[in-house]
Amino acid sequence: MQLSILYFAQFREVIGVSSEVIDLPPDMVTAADLVRWLSNRSHRHQAAFSDLGRVRVAVDQTMAHIDQDISGASEIAFFPPVTGG
Amino acid sequence: MKTVRVQSQDFDPGAELALLDALGAGAVASFTGLVRGDDGVDRLVLEHYPGMTERSLEALVETSCARWPLLGAIVIHRIGELAMGERIVFVGTASAHRAAALDACAFLIDQLKTSAPFWKQEWVSGKSRWVDARAGDADASARWLKG
Repeated sequence: MQLSILYFAQFREVIGVSSEVIDLPPDMVTAADLVRWLSNRSHRHQAAFSDLGRVRVAVDQTMAHIDQDISGASEIAFFPPVTGG
Repeated sequence: MKTVRVQSQDFDPGAELALLDALGAGAVASFTGLVRGDDGVDRLVLEHYPGMTERSLEALVETSCARWPLLGAIVIHRIGELAMGERIVFVGTASAHRAAALDACAFLIDQLKTSAPFWKQEWVSGKSRWVDARAGDADASARWLKG
C-alpha cells in the first residue's frame, strides 16, 4: 500500500526532503514501527529520528500518539513539538 | 460567527473586533501576538502544515463553542516571513458576559500553541535556528483539561 510521508521543520531540513511516497511493508502496525523502518533508510533519516522524545506524528492530518495504529492511513507527518502562536 | 484564517498578509485587529462587536454580544475579548525582538532576533519564518493547520484551528473553535456560550470566535494566524514587532496571531471571542469571552479567548490561544502545526524559525544576524517548545506552554494548555 502506498503511503505519503511528510516532514516539517527540523525533520524536513535533516532528511532533506519535504515528502516521500513509500510502499508500506505489510508488518508495519504503529507509527513507532514506521519510525524504526524509516530510520534504516539513510543516515539522514536516522539522525532526524534519533531523539524519539522530540518526534511528533500526525496520521491523516490529526495529531496521534507514536503507538497509534496506522493501518489504512494515507498520509503520515513527522515533526518536532509545535511552536506557533 | 466562526472564522479561521491562515494567511501571509497582515490583519487589522480593529476590523476583526468590529465584526465581533456587531454581534451584539455584551462582551468581546481578544488576544494579539506580536514578534518579540528577544536576543537580537530580527525576523521569524513561520512554517506550517497546510490542510492540517486549518483543520486543527477549526476543531479548536468548535471545541470552544461547545464549552462556552459564544456568539462568535475568530482565529487568524500568519505564516511565512515576519519582522520584529509584526502581528502573528489574533484570537477574538464574543459572548453575553465577560467570563466566557475571556476564558474562551485564553483557551484558544493556549491550545493553539500546543496543538496547531506551526513551527517558528528565528533569524539572528543572518543565521537561523528553530524555536524550542516551552514547558510553560504545555502547562498553560493542560490547565484547560482539569475540572
